[in-house]
Amino acid sequence: MPHIVIKKRPSEEAVITQRKFFKKTARGKVIKVLRERYLRDDVPCGLAACRACPPPDDPVLSHYGDLGHAAFPGGHYVLPDTNVFLSQMDLIESPLFTPPIVLLQTVVDEVRHRSLPLYNRLTALAKTEGKAVWLFYNEYRSETAIVREEDESPNDRNDRAIRTATAWYNAHLALAHPQSAPRIPGQNQVKHPQVVLLTDDAANREIAQRDGVPCVSVRKYVEGAKDATSLLDLLAAAGSEDAGGQGQGQGRVLYDDYLPTPTLLAGIKAGALHQGHFNANQYNYLEGTVPVPALAKPVLLVGRANMNRAVQGDVVVVEVFDEREWRAPGDAVVDMDATLKNDDADDSGEEGDGDDDERVPLAEGERERKALEKKAPAEKQPTGRVVGIIKRNWRAYVCHIAPTSLSSSAPSSLSLQTVFATPVSRLLPRIRLRTRQAPALLGQKVLVTIDRWARGSRYPEGHFVRALGRAESREAEQESLLLEFEVPYRPFGRAVLGCLPVEGEGWVVPPKGEGGVWREREDLRELDICSIDPPGCQDIDDALHARPLPNGNIEAGVHIADVSHFVHPDTPMDSEAAARGTTVYLVDKRIDMLPALLGTNLCSLRPHVERLAFSAIWELTPEADIVNVRFTKSVIASKAAFEYGEAQIRKDDPNLTDPLTQGIRLLNTLAQKLKAKRMAAGALNLASPEVKIHLDSSESSDPVDVEQKELRETNSLVEEFMLLANISVARRIQESFPQTAVLRRHLPPPSTNFEKLQDILRKRRGLTLDVSSSGALADSLDKCLDPDEPAFNTLVRIMATRCMLSAEYFCSGSVSRDTFGHYGLASPIYTHFTSPIRRYADVLAHRQLAAAIGYTPLHPSLHSKAHVERVVDVVNRRHRMAQMAGRASVEFYVGLALKGRGEKGEVTEEAFVIRAFRNGLGVFVSKLGLEGLVMFKRDTQFDAENYAITIPSSDAGGKDVTISVFDKVTVRIEVEKDKNTQRGRVKMVLVSPVDSSEL
Amino acid sequence: MGSRVEILNDGGFRSDGRRQYELRDISIDFSLQGTADGSVTIHHGLTQVLVSVFGPREAKSRAQTIHDRANINVEVNIAAFSTGERRKRSRGDKRILELASTIKSTFEPAIQTHLYPRSQIDVFIQILQLDGGLLPACINGTTLALAAAGIPLFDFVCAITGGVHSASPMLDLTTLEENDIPHITVAMMPKTERVTLVTMETRLHVDRFEEIFGLAVDAGKVIHKEMKLAVQARTSSLVSSLGVGSKPEGDRGMAMELDDS
Repeated sequence: MPHIVIKKRPSEEAVITQRKFFKKTARGKVIKVLRERYLRDDVPCGLAACRACPPPDDPVLSHYGDLGHAAFPGGHYVLPDTNVFLSQMDLIESPLFTPPIVLLQTVVDEVRHRSLPLYNRLTALAKTEGKAVWLFYNEYRSETAIVREEDESPNDRNDRAIRTATAWYNAHLALAHPQSAPRIPGQNQVKHPQVVLLTDDAANREIAQRDGVPCVSVRKYVEGAKDATSLLDLLAAAGSEDAGGQGQGQGRVLYDDYLPTPTLLAGIKAGALHQGHFNANQYNYLEGTVPVPALAKPVLLVGRANMNRAVQGDVVVVEVFDEREWRAPGDAVVDMDATLKNDDADDSGEEGDGDDDERVPLAEGERERKALEKKAPAEKQPTGRVVGIIKRNWRAYVCHIAPTSLSSSAPSSLSLQTVFATPVSRLLPRIRLRTRQAPALLGQKVLVTIDRWARGSRYPEGHFVRALGRAESREAEQESLLLEFEVPYRPFGRAVLGCLPVEGEGWVVPPKGEGGVWREREDLRELDICSIDPPGCQDIDDALHARPLPNGNIEAGVHIADVSHFVHPDTPMDSEAAARGTTVYLVDKRIDMLPALLGTNLCSLRPHVERLAFSAIWELTPEADIVNVRFTKSVIASKAAFEYGEAQIRKDDPNLTDPLTQGIRLLNTLAQKLKAKRMAAGALNLASPEVKIHLDSSESSDPVDVEQKELRETNSLVEEFMLLANISVARRIQESFPQTAVLRRHLPPPSTNFEKLQDILRKRRGLTLDVSSSGALADSLDKCLDPDEPAFNTLVRIMATRCMLSAEYFCSGSVSRDTFGHYGLASPIYTHFTSPIRRYADVLAHRQLAAAIGYTPLHPSLHSKAHVERVVDVVNRRHRMAQMAGRASVEFYVGLALKGRGEKGEVTEEAFVIRAFRNGLGVFVSKLGLEGLVMFKRDTQFDAENYAITIPSSDAGGKDVTISVFDKVTVRIEVEKDKNTQRGRVKMVLVSPVDSSEL
Repeated sequence: MGSRVEILNDGGFRSDGRRQYELRDISIDFSLQGTADGSVTIHHGLTQVLVSVFGPREAKSRAQTIHDRANINVEVNIAAFSTGERRKRSRGDKRILELASTIKSTFEPAIQTHLYPRSQIDVFIQILQLDGGLLPACINGTTLALAAAGIPLFDFVCAITGGVHSASPMLDLTTLEENDIPHITVAMMPKTERVTLVTMETRLHVDRFEEIFGLAVDAGKVIHKEMKLAVQARTSSLVSSLGVGSKPEGDRGMAMELDDS
C-alpha cells in the first residue's frame, strides 16, 4: 500500500507557498488564479558525495565532478542557465562536452516555454547515455524556492532562482566535502568541487560574482576545457556576440523589422494578416509561398525583401498586398548556386554592392511584367510579404562548405574565417558560419545549425555542429540523409535491449499446455500457412492460409507477427519504438524500429519454426463476401516463405497440386474478387514512380542497375488480404474503443488541387478529369489513354497522385465520424494492423485488438485520447520523413548508377515533359523514376497559356520546334559534379526533337 | 495537451510540489458563526468552505416533517468570488441543487436521525474559495460542523478525490488537475469502512477504478485522523475554558461518541 500523508504547509510560509492573483484572458475575462506550492526537504540533489539528502537510486553526479577543466582543479559541475540551452544546445549535446550538468527545474520550464523542439532535445539529452545530467527540482526544495518580488521581471526572477540554486548547491557540496572546507590562508585555489553557473548574461554574472557564486561565460568556459578547439566551433553565433559581432547590426538594413507579436496576433484575428507555413520554391530561390486557410491559393512571396528572412518550414505571418499588385508565380528557373557565385562571406550587408543576385530578378522582372500583361487574371496569385514569424522551425542542416567563399589569401590557414555553407536541400538559403577548420571541411558534408538572421545580414548566421565525412562517400551520404529527414538512427540503448527476452536467439515457443504463452492461444500449427514477400525480406510480418470448408465456403486467414507479446507498454523498448515510429528502408540499409532480434528473428514468421501470431480468420463465400470474421492470438508454423515470383510460378504450374499451392490458388481467386469489389466501390489505382536498385553484392553495395519494380499477381494477392485484415480490424477496434482507436484515413483532396492538371489535360490532350469523387476520378483516369503510348496513363496517374493529400493516422475520438474514410481505398474505415514489426501504429492496433477480444486488458495510456493523439502525431511525422528518406536514398543510387553507366557511354532515355518554364523544361524519365530539368540558355518563346515552349531553330532557315507538356522527348542524362557545391547533380540535355546542348 | 503544465513530471512531482499520494494541507477552525449551533471553516489546500449547522429544531413547514426521524436540509452557496471565473449563481442553479442533494444523501446514513422525529437539521454551506476538491471539503466540513453542534453521528464521514494520470493514480486533486484527468470522489465512514458516496463525472476505465477507489478509502482514514485530532483539540479547549477540572461528566458523551473508532 502506498504511504498516504497529509503535506503540511505552515501558514507563516504562505508568502512563498501560495499565490492568488487575477489574470485577464485573451477574451477579456478576468480569471482568479489560485496556486499553491508545497516545499520539501526531500528533493534529491543527485550528488554521490551527499549524505544529507535521501540517497537517490542512481546518483548521477560523481564524487568530484569533472576534474579536467583548467580553472577548476578541485573538480566541478556545470549549471547552465536557460539561454545556454536556448542558444548553445549543440555544444551541450556534443560528446566532447563531458562535465556533469545540474539541470534546474526553473531552466527546464523556461526552455519549455520558449521552444518546444529545444525542450524535446533537452529531455532527450538528459536520457542520453554517457551524459551525466541531474534534474534538480529547485522550485520544490524549501531552501531554493523563491517568489517574484515586486517590480522584478519574470526573467530576473528566474535568474535569481538560478543563482540561489547555484549558491545552495555550493553550500551543499561543502557539507559533503567537509575536510576541504577550511581555507588555507594565502591559497586562492579552491580545492573542493564547485558548481559553476554557466551564463552568457553579463549582468547576471556580475550579480553572481558579487554574491560569491562561481560563474563563467560559455566561451570562457569552453576555452579552458579539454577539447577547446573542436568545441569552440560548436559555439553558436549568439555566443560570440561580445566577441565583435555587434558591428554588423549597424550596417545597411536589408530587411524590414518584424511587427511586434501582439500586433501580429491581433492582425491574424482581425483577418488583416494571415498565418501559415513558409514553403520555399525549389526551382526559384527568390520565391516562396505560404498556404493560408483564408485564401484558395497560397500567398506568393517574391524576392528576398518580401520573404523577409523566412526559412523553409517556419510559421510566418504574411500581409497580402492589394489585388492590383498580385502576380503570377515566376516561370523561370533561378538557381542560387549559379547566380550567387561571387558573394563574399565576410561582409554581410554590404556584399556585392553591384548586387549581382538582384540583377537577375530585375532583368527577369522586366520580362515578367510583359508576360504578365498577357496572362489571364486567373493565374495571378495573392501576393504579399512576411511581416512576422510566429515560430522558427530551424534545425541542423546538412551542408557543403562553398569553396569560393574561403579566403584566398590563406587557403590552408587555421585562422578563424567566415565561410558559406550551402545546404543540400534546395529549399534553404546559404548559411554563413565562422570556423577555424574551413580548409579541412572542404569537400565534406557538414552539419550546420542556423542561430539567427539579423536584419542587416543577407544570409542567416549559423555554427558548425559536426562533420559527416567526405561528400559522395556512401557513409556520409547515408548519414546526411538520415539527419536531413530526422531519422533516429543511433543503435538501441542498453535499457532497450534489456527488454528483450533473456533467451535471446534461443527463444522458442514453449511446449503446449504450460499455460503462460499458450493462454487463450489457438494452436494453428497444423495449418498450411505460407508467407509471400519481396525478395530478400527478413522481417516477415505476415503469412496467409486458405482452405475450403465443408459448407462450400472458404476459410482464409491472415497471420501477423505477435509483436505485442514481446513489446509491452511502458517499457524503454516501447517508448523507443514509439519515438522511431517506423522502420526506415534505404537502398542499402534498414533502420529498424525494433531491435533486430525481434524484427528479423523472434517476431519474423520464418518458415518451419513455431512463431506467435495474431490471426484474423474469415469465413468467405466463394464470391468473397464475408460471412464472419474472428480474431485470435495463435501459434503458427509457416510451411514456406515465398518470394512474389516463386509464388507466382508455383501457382501457375498445373502439375503442382499440394495443399500449399492449392491454398495460394484459392487465395488468388478470392483476391481477384476482392479487388474487383474494391474497384467497383471506387478505389483508386494510383501510381508512383517506383524503381528498384540492383546492388552488385551485399558488401560493396555498388549499384549496378536500375529497373522498374515489377508487379505480379501475387503482389496484389497479398495486398488484398492485408487490406481486408486492416479494414476488419479497424471496424473492430473502433467498435470497442470509439474514443481512442488508432485508425488511418485519407482525406479527399480539395478539387482546386486538380485545377492545373485538369487544365493541362484539357488543353494538351482534350481529356477531362472528373474529380467529384474517388470513383469518378478512377474512371476518368482509366480513360486517359494514349493508344501510342502506354506509359502516358501511368504518367497521368503519377501526376494525379501528386495532387492528393497524404494519408494519416488519427485517433478516432479526435475527429468527426464522417471524416474517417480512406479516399484512395474507398473504404469507410481503415487502420494499419499488418506490419507491427516495422510500424508503430500497428503495434497500437494490436494492443487495442487484443483488448477488444478480451485477451488482455487495455493499457491505461491507450484509454487516454491525449496520449494516443500525441503518439499518432509522432508516428505520422516519422512516417512522412521515412518515405522521403527512402526516396532520397533511391535518388542517390540512381545517380550513382547513372554515373556507372555514363562511364561506359552516354545514357539516353525517353522522357515526358511534365512542366514548362520560360527557360527550361521539367521532364520525367519513367524508366528511371527520375525527374530532371532541361535548361535553355538561349531565348525561347514561352506560351504559358498552352504550357508550351518554342525553341527557335539554330540555323537561319530551319524550323522552330515547339515542345509542350506531355510531349515525349529523348534526353541525355549526365551526372556532373557541381564545382561550387560538390553536389553530384543530374544534368539532362535534350537530344530530340532538338539537341539542346548548345541552346 | 493544451496546457503547458505537467500533471506529473519525471521526478514524480505534481505541479504543486506534492507527490502522488500526498494530500494537501487541511486546517480546521471551529470558531462559532452567528447563532449557529455548530460551525466550522475548513481550509483544504486553497479550497475554503464554511459550514454552519442549525438544529435539530422544529421543522419550518409541515411538508418537510418526517414522523419518525429528522429531516436534513442542506443548502449550498458558492460565493461569486470563490471560483476562477466570477459568476453569480442563482439559488435554483441545478448543479448547486445536485451538490446539496448529494451531501444530504451522504449524511442520511451517518446522522442518527431517528433520535429526533419530526424535526429538522439545517446545514448551510458557504464556499469561499475553490481550488479543487469541492465536494470532499463540503462533506468533511459538514461532518465537523455536525459534531460541533452536538448532533449524534454513527461515524465520521471522510471524503477525498482520487484521479489517474495516464497510469499513475493520484490523490486530492487541485482544479488544475481536475480539469485534466479523470477522477472520482469517495466518502467513507472509517469505523465500519462503509462507503456512503462515490461519484464520478468523467470517464474512467473500470480497471483503474478499482485501484483509485481502494486508494481513496485508505486516504479517507488518513483524513479521519486529522479530523479527529481537530475535534479532540476543540473539545479539550472547551473543557478547559469551562474552568472545570479534568474529565467533566457532562462532556464525556460527545467525546466518547467521537473517540471510539
